[in-house]
Amino acid sequence: MLLSFILIPFVTALFLLFIKNDKAANTIAIVSTLGTLVAALVVGGNGAVDFNAPWIPVLNAQFLLHADGLAKILVLLTAISFPAIIIATSQNQPKQKNIFLSLLLFTQCGLMGVFLSGDALLFYFFWELALIPVYFLSSIWGGEKRIAVTFKFFIYTFLGSLMMLIGIVLVYMHTSDQSFLIQSFAKANLTAGQQVTAFALFFIAFAIKMPIFPLHTWQPDAYEQSPTAVTMVMSAVMVKMGLYGILRWLLPLFPTAFIAHIHVVVILSVIGILYASFIAIRQDDLKRLIAYSSIAHIGLMNAAIFSHLQIGIQGVMVQLFSHGINVLGLWIVADIIEQQTGTRSMQQMGGLAKKQPTLAILLVGFALANIALPLTNAFVGEFLMFNSLFQYNVWLGAAAGVSIILAAIYTLNMVQKVAYGEVSSHINQMQTINKPAQIVLIVLLIIVFVTGIFPQPLFNLTADSLQQIIVK
Amino acid sequence: MNAIIVSAFFGVVMMFASWSIKGENKQKNIALVGLILLFVANLAQLNGWYVVDVDAKNMLSFTRFGLYTNALFYLLTFIYIWINGEEISKIGNHAADFYALFFFILCGASILTSFDNLLMLFIGIEILSIPLYILTGSDKKSLFSNEAAIKYFLMGSFSTGILLLGITFIYGATGSFHLMPPDPSMHYEQFMFSGGLILIFAAMNFKVSAAPFHFWTPDVYDGAPTVFTSFMATIAKSAGFIAFINIYLVQYKAFEKTWVIILPFVIVSTLLVGNVTAVFQRSVKRMLTYSSIAQAGFMLFALYGSSNFANEGILLYIVVYSLASIGIFAVLVKMKENSFEAFHGLSKTHPLLAFLTTVFLCSLAGIPITGGFFAKYYMINAVLLAGAGIWLVVVAMIFASISVYYYFKLIQAMYFIPGTPAIGELDKSYTYKLAIIAILILVLGVFPNLLFNYLYF
Repeated sequence: MLLSFILIPFVTALFLLFIKNDKAANTIAIVSTLGTLVAALVVGGNGAVDFNAPWIPVLNAQFLLHADGLAKILVLLTAISFPAIIIATSQNQPKQKNIFLSLLLFTQCGLMGVFLSGDALLFYFFWELALIPVYFLSSIWGGEKRIAVTFKFFIYTFLGSLMMLIGIVLVYMHTSDQSFLIQSFAKANLTAGQQVTAFALFFIAFAIKMPIFPLHTWQPDAYEQSPTAVTMVMSAVMVKMGLYGILRWLLPLFPTAFIAHIHVVVILSVIGILYASFIAIRQDDLKRLIAYSSIAHIGLMNAAIFSHLQIGIQGVMVQLFSHGINVLGLWIVADIIEQQTGTRSMQQMGGLAKKQPTLAILLVGFALANIALPLTNAFVGEFLMFNSLFQYNVWLGAAAGVSIILAAIYTLNMVQKVAYGEVSSHINQMQTINKPAQIVLIVLLIIVFVTGIFPQPLFNLTADSLQQIIVK
Repeated sequence: MNAIIVSAFFGVVMMFASWSIKGENKQKNIALVGLILLFVANLAQLNGWYVVDVDAKNMLSFTRFGLYTNALFYLLTFIYIWINGEEISKIGNHAADFYALFFFILCGASILTSFDNLLMLFIGIEILSIPLYILTGSDKKSLFSNEAAIKYFLMGSFSTGILLLGITFIYGATGSFHLMPPDPSMHYEQFMFSGGLILIFAAMNFKVSAAPFHFWTPDVYDGAPTVFTSFMATIAKSAGFIAFINIYLVQYKAFEKTWVIILPFVIVSTLLVGNVTAVFQRSVKRMLTYSSIAQAGFMLFALYGSSNFANEGILLYIVVYSLASIGIFAVLVKMKENSFEAFHGLSKTHPLLAFLTTVFLCSLAGIPITGGFFAKYYMINAVLLAGAGIWLVVVAMIFASISVYYYFKLIQAMYFIPGTPAIGELDKSYTYKLAIIAILILVLGVFPNLLFNYLYF
């Protein structure tokens, strides 16, 4: 069953390479991703499940897939995001659409592998596999400065991955049974010094991926220059790889080193949150605004993990899912506006509410979720995370809390500029928005409010992982 | 022993074939048949069957590792000639002469995998090197080729001199050419012995083009005809590595104190020179020569460990690196010029070829699901197991990510920059041959253990 998350996208991606017809390719991709979604919903209902096969006997590496609550919630997010993205952008017509979709599905395959791997070498494999198709997607179909920007992104993350590889080898050497399994890794005999080294090596990889201040410089450019479908994948799902890595690998494997570095990381994260929020306020470009807002939110999640309290980690697990849904909604709205008006500058927008009331309502809905208003899904997670941060340190909690106000400033400012005011000439060009995108947005908005009012299923889903992480 | 005899014999056969058998294709096929026979003869020895039972007076010793390495060299050469046969015959008038030289090089390589005596080391290196000098200068009408050959010959002779001096020192200290650590209970000139070890170390660094003895590499690899660069940078160089390991890791491991202090400096400077200079190259061929220096830096990691990881790792590295280099040079041969611009828009006109080149480049860069990843992985593991400082590995990985820069510059040229590629005529079958190499690389990238299954059983 777990294998299907990897095989369905993989086989479809290979198949798509030979489908020259754009429409057919699109339909196949949608059917495939919906199939993955159904599988995710089925697995989500079961307890923890495993799939195991031998892989490289010489190294004692195994092809082990393991789905507990943490993995399931991210698999579910990935499974929801991909059909949503493909349906919402199905009217965009990149050249060679079949290859575009094929690479997108390879990314999905890699992401699923990252979230499900129970073996460190396999984890590294998928970690890289998720990156390479994105490199090609952004470099071929991206904006003007795409080549340089994507290259920076690629080398940055590749360097991080290599550091993690050294960390993996280091821990592997000290496992008692010479195995890459996460259980063996957790029991490895590392001295305090080695634990710190390994912690640092793993952390660099995750920090670059999230990204944490001051390693974030690749992100706004990459988000801006990538084709929107890829930006959606990156910000809704790929950044979660870093947070997931911390929850799954860093925290359980190196608890002593983890606790020793709490202060540094939380302070860096809080600086990052404030820094990104202030920059977001000054942005005129809609895509860059969402990018910086995303850095701020991810920084908050990271700070909450490192505050190392049950309540914070619980909040992060829910927020992993919620943030993905919210940011996806914002990107889809931004994409529709850009596709139809040809601009991303907010100064040239205005009057969306008059011209396109439905879209404006949807935008406001996601904007409210972005500032974590009660009743929206983000409120649940952020409330728990801030609670945890305050318990950890009042001053840092307060500093991070300022970001709520800042988020309100830039988000509402954005809504005001885009939705209200006189109808600008650019907005006036907008035709009726396409039905599929609208349906996707409505479904996402329903998820926002349903999980906001009734978040218990998400808590139940992640309960088992939470127990493990905290007990450790 | 079988392999040494058969390879020398086929060298002579190919020399005669150059006038007795007309038709380049026929000559190529004879060479291929010769390689198969060589492979079989080597396998026969692995199973204890000898063509001629020669008493080598303990000057040669045949280990399973050495014989297995031989087999890999023959396979790689087979693939190399099978793909490049046509190009080889375009250079000079007598393709069979070149095949003869390949067999002599393989003869030298076979000695280098099995020597147990410093004289045999010297003979092996010379048998390997002299044909390489000729191959470098084989394009007689090109000034570059001539310059490269004379440079290579002069520098090579010089390094051979250093090697001989080192051997003399060791002979002076221990009174024997035999590759055996001196008995600590016996009196021997310790200073002289260490001096000899370091001189040989320097000469071997020259042969594998490690910094600071790398200066000949860019000019020679660049000046030599591209088909032969491909052979020199892969199989000939790998043989040097095996000899290097044979001396230092197997025989003089006990004296590692003398050279393990120098090793990190050699590795770091090799990586630095190779990677950083490669970034600034504007010709793909020159970029690949510097990349070959950089890859040598990684292969030197194998000198650290005596673990299985080091032995398996160097074999995997040799195979994967050679396959990828043979592949990428085979693409380069077909281009009309060596600049990056020549590759612009290749993905539009030759999508399969561009994809295969990408696989080769990814493998050289060490990206997962290509064999290059596991090659690097084994090296890291070997070094860390040997207890070398983690800083060395971190530095090496930083250089590895720099290497992505110049490898991916070629991918960018092929995929993201529009233009018309300056590519010559290309058979479909040629691309399919390259596809087989790419498949091998990908298979080794997922199941590296396939390579070792036969190493011990």
